[in-house]
Amino acid sequence: MTRMRYLPHTPEDIAAMLKAVRIDSLEGLFAHIPDDCRRQEALNIPENLTEWELNDHMDTLAGSMAVSPDYKVFMGAGSYEHHIPSAVSFLLGRSEFVTAYTPYQPEVSQGTLQAIYEYQTLTSRLLGMEVANASQYDGASSLAEAMLMAIRVSRKKAVAISRAVHPLYRRVLETYFEPTDLEIRELPYLGDGTTDLSSLNDMDDLGGVAVQSPNFFGCLENVADIKQTIENKKALLVVCFSEPLAYGIYKNPGECGADIACGEGQSLGIPRMFGGPALGMFASKMKYVRNMPGRLVGETVDLDGRRGHVLTLSTREQHIRREKATSNICTNNSLCALAAVMYMAALGGTGFKKLAQLNYDKAEYLKNALTRGGFKLPFSRATFNEFVVEFPAGFSKTYQRLLKKKMIAGLPLVDFYPELKNHYLLCATETITKADIDTLVQEIKK
Amino acid sequence: MKELNELKFPDDVRYAESHEWARSEGDRVKVGISDYAQDQLGDIVFVELPEVGDTLDKGEEFGTVESVKAVSELYMPLAGEVVAINETLEDAPEKVNNTPYGDGWMIEIKAENPSELDGLLDNDAYLGTLKG
Amino acid sequence: MKETAGTTGLIFNEPLLWEKGKTGRTAFSLPRRDVKEHPIDKNLKGDGPGFPDLSEVDIVRHYIRLSQWNFSVDSGMYPLGSCTMKYNPKTNERQSALPGFAMAHPLLPQPLSQGVLKLMFELEQYLTEITGMDATTLQPAAGAHGELTGMLIVYAYLKSKGNPRTKILVPDTAHGTNPASASLCGYRSIPLKSNERGVISPQAVDDLMDEDTAGIMVTNPNTLGLFEENIKAVADIVHAKGGLVYCDGANMNAVMGIVNMSDLGVDVLHLNLHKTFSTPHGGGGPGSGPVCVRKNLEPFLPVPRVISKKGKYELSEDFPDSIGKVHAFYGNIGVMIRAYSYIRNMGPDGLKKASQLAVLNAAYIKDNLKGTFHLPYDRPCMHECVFSDKLQEPYRVTTLDMVKRLMDYGFHPPTIYFPLVVPGAIMIEPTETESKEDIDLFVESMKAIAREAQENPELLHAAPQKTKRRRLDETSAARKPRLSG
Repeated sequence: MTRMRYLPHTPEDIAAMLKAVRIDSLEGLFAHIPDDCRRQEALNIPENLTEWELNDHMDTLAGSMAVSPDYKVFMGAGSYEHHIPSAVSFLLGRSEFVTAYTPYQPEVSQGTLQAIYEYQTLTSRLLGMEVANASQYDGASSLAEAMLMAIRVSRKKAVAISRAVHPLYRRVLETYFEPTDLEIRELPYLGDGTTDLSSLNDMDDLGGVAVQSPNFFGCLENVADIKQTIENKKALLVVCFSEPLAYGIYKNPGECGADIACGEGQSLGIPRMFGGPALGMFASKMKYVRNMPGRLVGETVDLDGRRGHVLTLSTREQHIRREKATSNICTNNSLCALAAVMYMAALGGTGFKKLAQLNYDKAEYLKNALTRGGFKLPFSRATFNEFVVEFPAGFSKTYQRLLKKKMIAGLPLVDFYPELKNHYLLCATETITKADIDTLVQEIKK
Repeated sequence: MKELNELKFPDDVRYAESHEWARSEGDRVKVGISDYAQDQLGDIVFVELPEVGDTLDKGEEFGTVESVKAVSELYMPLAGEVVAINETLEDAPEKVNNTPYGDGWMIEIKAENPSELDGLLDNDAYLGTLKG
Repeated sequence: MKETAGTTGLIFNEPLLWEKGKTGRTAFSLPRRDVKEHPIDKNLKGDGPGFPDLSEVDIVRHYIRLSQWNFSVDSGMYPLGSCTMKYNPKTNERQSALPGFAMAHPLLPQPLSQGVLKLMFELEQYLTEITGMDATTLQPAAGAHGELTGMLIVYAYLKSKGNPRTKILVPDTAHGTNPASASLCGYRSIPLKSNERGVISPQAVDDLMDEDTAGIMVTNPNTLGLFEENIKAVADIVHAKGGLVYCDGANMNAVMGIVNMSDLGVDVLHLNLHKTFSTPHGGGGPGSGPVCVRKNLEPFLPVPRVISKKGKYELSEDFPDSIGKVHAFYGNIGVMIRAYSYIRNMGPDGLKKASQLAVLNAAYIKDNLKGTFHLPYDRPCMHECVFSDKLQEPYRVTTLDMVKRLMDYGFHPPTIYFPLVVPGAIMIEPTETESKEDIDLFVESMKAIAREAQENPELLHAAPQKTKRRRLDETSAARKPRLSG
């Protein structure tokens, strides 16, 4: 076999070690395994590639993908293109962060621990909440965990969720709830693109109510109204999101009365990467912290009285509480949380607001260009960097024509919402130029 | 962790095998955990108690006590209604470590069957279970 | 003894982010504005987040200094049992950073995302082959997520047979995620005691297995580093009553090319790409927890699944019995790319060699430390071995004291106080990427610490001394939590 650069043992090393353990061969190390448990045939996978062959192979695979700058992709829907500063990518490449283990031994993990404490802090400030955890897998699983938490806190058996929450998040919620005896009730949406709250008045047995803001249609929900509606019902208000940059210009979930705020943080310095790894952001009021899933980093001091950080409130977690844990989560998305806090630190409060305003302006420009072009915007509600357009019947032909010109004119909604035929969700972030937008609209109009 | 002869087992309380103690105080019974239990757990960081008004059976779980790295369930030494809980433990859980039979008490119950108290172990019998 | 790596070196102090900076600084180059500013609805307008403003120099120094405080695989050895902290190849990073992967939107029209779909399809095939199972999903985002997915599949399968059942057998050596995942599916965990050989006995399973028990969650090799020698018999007993065998595949690094999980009677298992398949731990993730199943469970796998049609790859939802989705999109693609690169780089012989050398390294450590530390199960081990602090008890030195001292020698502590069946457990897994010299140095360091335990226990109680911080007050952190600044 060709020498492998991650296997340091030379034949002499192996011989010396086998001699020391008094076994005659590497095969002999497995002699104690019953014969009928042994695999006889070799692994039927491709022979090993050299580093250079692997590069060529991966370049070919990656080269087949439709990405900018070659393609102009006007899609958001839970995955957004934002500029990631070189400084952030550079810092995220530090081995000491990338190849470190979970910080269970705090004395040798202060780098990760302080960084995650800072992430928890900036996340709390961004979402307007009192405490944030160290991350979950993605927006969808965060939402599922938020609903389970609402059930634990309220001791009720039903939750309500708006149909304007990301359809893929709702499917994950259904999967998580399937083996339980818990009920999910759907709230429809109104003509202006926000959630229809009327049925909430009759529901007194809810543990949690979830809306997304901005929602899947890009529309800002009347979160404060929802809070008022459920105020006396002992139900927790869960506000989720897929584009947290929106809180650079809009009121955050905490300001609107959320009990739990959760969602997708991929926009914050994490590449799209075909949907994963992503970043499940999760925050709540302090009074619910012992019911919160996921890791928490806390501040403390060491034997010399110097400030340091440790994982804390660990008795909520699986390695201690086992079957009664608040969640089964162990490995989370720590390095993605690190990317997010580096990104938030790089932007700063001032920069975050400016970038959010710019995103809003690009989308408004696209909206106006489409309206002037005679295209219909079905939802009147304020949006952030994405919105829904109703194109004329037969638009799918135009869509295909645009694809050949390397423009992806939004996400067709009909597969998610059968009643929304010819409706497309378009997104324009700061990575899209005015010229890109003008070209798109021009081509659509042809 | 201490040796058994360094721990206290007062004779004015009765003990359950699961390490809770119970003391009759008028028509109420006060409940906590033994010196052995708090020593085994280490520094206590949190005590989860039931709500006043909860009615529970003998042996039913009434709460949990947590150290940094462990959680233990707390079981009713006798059946009854919870009439008081020690709210000071929320800010000062260390009372359970420092004075487990005094300020570290956890709940007060109105016993359904006060004679159940006699069925619990006295301090010698409890110490016997620990040595065994 | 050779000089160990443990030292203090030039490690800087660094405050918290919001203790630095000045309003108006930035580390971000805002794109040139080519559209005008539009007004915002004043009822919805917010003030933006209260983040500090920092320059690029501020953030670079901040994170470089923080990075210096971390131990990492690239700095030294992590002999953490059941974590498989093997070396993370740098070529994997090059591949996952390729813009074609990194910038791809998950909902692209499928003809425009063939590269990733092909990679996913092939990776599924490789993992299916390596485990000897029949089908794989890559959707779960971590091991525990894979356990949940596996248990959801068990639930769905049993429900389709008329009764999802209410209990599941969980051995006393199981990782905490096992019963936690089972609970999420509504199963009550029934504890199963391992026998005096440290493995599951068929009799114990037979005593507990009934038609209301969904099955058993095993780990093989188990968390004592031992091969579950009775697993086939156990599987037969479970299957005879209509139950299923779930295997926690965290310890797969011991058996690649050596054992077929399906031969052992396993019906569903999860893998940890961030353990066996060399993807980096990232300080706590992201990981990836693919789930492999036998043919009869294939219909229940999450959707969408990658299928191949006339040489093209597609994402298909056409699986009516699927449990649904556990991730918004398809799982952690970035992690999959790294695992795929690793498998292509190693090839079939490389993977088998990795398992052989992982077991050799562990066996070597076991033989060398036997006698210095108490070895509760003196039998052939696989890729990890478990000791305890029993021999150090007379000196009032605990496992915790000893591993804290190990940090001063330049090693990360092994896994401690797990599995629960060994009080004061010290679980050591070197992995195959540690050289003989480093393993010899580790063994010598452990022996030196055992001598210190006898001659100078105070040194251990006060350890570590050379790290950035000494032992931290975890009690106050839990009593009065300060979770944000």
